[in-house]
Amino acid sequence: MKVLMFGWEFPPHISGGLGTACYGLVKGMAHHSQDIIFVVPKLWGDEEPLADFVNASDITIDYREKRFKKFWKNLTYLEVSSFLVPYLGPDEFKKYTDYTIHDRTDVDESVFSNKFEFSGKYGKDLMMEVSRYALVAAHISKAKEHDIIHAHDWLSFPAGIAAKEISGKPLIAHVHATEFDRSGESVNQVVYDIERSGMHAADHIVAVSQLTKNIIINKYGVSANKITVLHNAVLDASIIKSSYKKKVPEKIVTFLGRITFQKGPEYFVEAAKKVIERDPNVRFVMAGNGDLLNRMINRVAELRMGTKFHFTGFLKGDDVDHMYAISDVYVMPSVSEPFGISPLEAVRHNTPVIISKQSGVAEVLNNAIKIDFWDIDSMADAIFALLHYDGISRMFKELGTEELKKLKWEHVAEKLVTVYQKTLQQIP
Amino acid sequence: MRTICFYFQVHQPYRLKPYRFFDIGEDHHYWDDFSNRSIMRKVAQKCYLPMNALLLELINKYNGAFKVSFSISGTFMDQMQAYAPDVLESFQKLVATGHVELLNETFSHSLASLKSKDEFKDLVYKHQAKIKELFNGYTPKVFRNTELIYSDQIGALVAEMGYDAMLTEGAKHILGWKSPNYVYLNSIEPKLKILLKNFQLSDDIAFRFGNKAWNDYPLTTDKFIDWINAIPNEEETLNLFMDYETFGEHQWAETGIFDFMRHLPEAVFTKTNFGFSTPSEVASKISPVGKIHVPIPISWADEERDLTAWLGNDLQDEAFDRLYDLEKLVNTIDDEEIQRDWRYLQTSDHFYYMCTKFFSDGDIHSYFSPYDSPYDAFINFMNVLSDFMIRLKEKTKTLTEA
Repeated sequence: MKVLMFGWEFPPHISGGLGTACYGLVKGMAHHSQDIIFVVPKLWGDEEPLADFVNASDITIDYREKRFKKFWKNLTYLEVSSFLVPYLGPDEFKKYTDYTIHDRTDVDESVFSNKFEFSGKYGKDLMMEVSRYALVAAHISKAKEHDIIHAHDWLSFPAGIAAKEISGKPLIAHVHATEFDRSGESVNQVVYDIERSGMHAADHIVAVSQLTKNIIINKYGVSANKITVLHNAVLDASIIKSSYKKKVPEKIVTFLGRITFQKGPEYFVEAAKKVIERDPNVRFVMAGNGDLLNRMINRVAELRMGTKFHFTGFLKGDDVDHMYAISDVYVMPSVSEPFGISPLEAVRHNTPVIISKQSGVAEVLNNAIKIDFWDIDSMADAIFALLHYDGISRMFKELGTEELKKLKWEHVAEKLVTVYQKTLQQIP
Repeated sequence: MRTICFYFQVHQPYRLKPYRFFDIGEDHHYWDDFSNRSIMRKVAQKCYLPMNALLLELINKYNGAFKVSFSISGTFMDQMQAYAPDVLESFQKLVATGHVELLNETFSHSLASLKSKDEFKDLVYKHQAKIKELFNGYTPKVFRNTELIYSDQIGALVAEMGYDAMLTEGAKHILGWKSPNYVYLNSIEPKLKILLKNFQLSDDIAFRFGNKAWNDYPLTTDKFIDWINAIPNEEETLNLFMDYETFGEHQWAETGIFDFMRHLPEAVFTKTNFGFSTPSEVASKISPVGKIHVPIPISWADEERDLTAWLGNDLQDEAFDRLYDLEKLVNTIDDEEIQRDWRYLQTSDHFYYMCTKFFSDGDIHSYFSPYDSPYDAFINFMNVLSDFMIRLKEKTKTLTEA
């Protein structure tokens, strides 16, 4: 089967979790000898050759063609100057926009230019890139033969829709996160509309968890039988034996992720206070960056636990592994997490995890303590238990690693192929 | 005789290096040697060396009729010895003229006066000893607390320690209708004379001198002389207190600040009925007019002239309280490095960097801060403090075992 896949980013150049998931999936698909044409707005040239990569920035478009004109007319409404950044906090956002502006000074942005240089970033011209991307997609779907179209998240939904209109092939919309996960109830209407139109235009939808499926049903009005849940997996299920040793005598409890509303950092801070009151020989670490960082720092100071609660800023490379390695408990208190891959990374480091019931990963990971994100008493209890009662943490370590081995991208890819086949059968 | 009293604050903190969570428990060296050294060298070239040379020239030219005073912090003296022996030598030459007065303060330019009487005294004696060591046995008689922080209580403590006089800010909200151009007395211990900074004329030099948007720009010597002459004749002393880095660093040489100072003494001698005195001369020659009441501490910082540059927000209060929680424990540990780090960590600058008063004086704060934000300053300080606590614990353990 030949799959025309639209993504937004691909490792090694990623800024969100989407790229990692696409990588795992494409890798899994390669196991099942599926032909994939993977389109991204911008290629850097150092991507692993797992698919037939197409760089949208290289495509020349003939604007005189009638059918494109129609798309352009429909899509230009997206060209609002929006400061919307779906995956990044304000700090990173600034860096990205600075970069984007700098990066693009020599590029002709005229509507009439044939080629368009995408930044592939979540910058301030995001909406314009999304619509341009759709136009390029239409062109590609005409030029490249394929059996089915697969689009990842809202950024590439307009591309998927455009491709479907040109080639008439069925469209799979893959939902990794929704606007409700990112923004709570204060959704960005433009994004919501794109998500919704993508879901309704699709012949079938893949959701990364039951939780996400429910959101799609309840908030986007899609019928349940049009949605299949395919949980994410881990790229590598092996246990990481780190030689990195911690240098403090106290036990370490870690939060690692973007410090934003979606991730529930404030519940971690409040639970930390409760634990420290009972056991002062614990250190808490909040690793990451985001728009709530300063508020968390202030709260830690206000609770007078500044010498027990540490902030590391954004971690990358080895530091991430080191952080997992020296953690005695890993907590992911997300308010809404479509999947959440980081607890699986913690398990790989033999670190017991506490995850919120409001996360997709809770559906696949059995050997973890699951709490409601808002229940700071239960969270404190669980942290205390994992720190002090060796039996339970030992059990989690043993069984957790067994569970990991079942979470392989090959299995996900296999199920995806079945979804493709069923979808194709439905098409008359 | 009416008199002008120049006092310069000479201070550099030991800045912390970027100290990460991963360093806690392993890396016990907290100080950013590179930036401390390069800042010291930079300011030495721009300010300390040329200004010391100019002052020496003026003192010699007027045979001691022109004189100034300094408060040189202990952290500055340590850094001079380490990074700028040439600056130390030039200060020693100035003091040797006999027309330069040195003031006492806490060794580490700390906020101890607000927290612990014992620690405060200890740091003052350490500063005294350091001055003795570097300046040929010199013993200061006048006290200047960190950033001119003063209250009735602090004044009483300083009087009890045997000082004749103390310097502070002529803050509007404590003076009311009164003028800063007189000598006052501490309200609890009237034997302590209080010299107040004339913030109008001091800040004209220190803050506004090179500001082209200022109505009175450019500030010429003649203009400044006119303002001095406008002071009512019965007001006897004009206290011009400022950061020494005003000369060449805050106000660059290009603004003409050195020329201004070069010509000021001559103009004062010929066009006014003012002379120059050091703080102890002012305290002994000019009779006090009455007590000044300062129940709540004041300082020379920011518009508010209070303590909010260093203390008051949650970040600052948490860092400050956790640091001084350690005082008792530190005193039981006889270890040179522990004692040194304890002193350097108390430097007020660390708390100044955590100030969140962005909208009024944030500009000044960010100019002086090595951090991107007050939050970064807090995180870094707390990481260091956490390591310091681990070291204290370990040292105590080995002590009890031995």
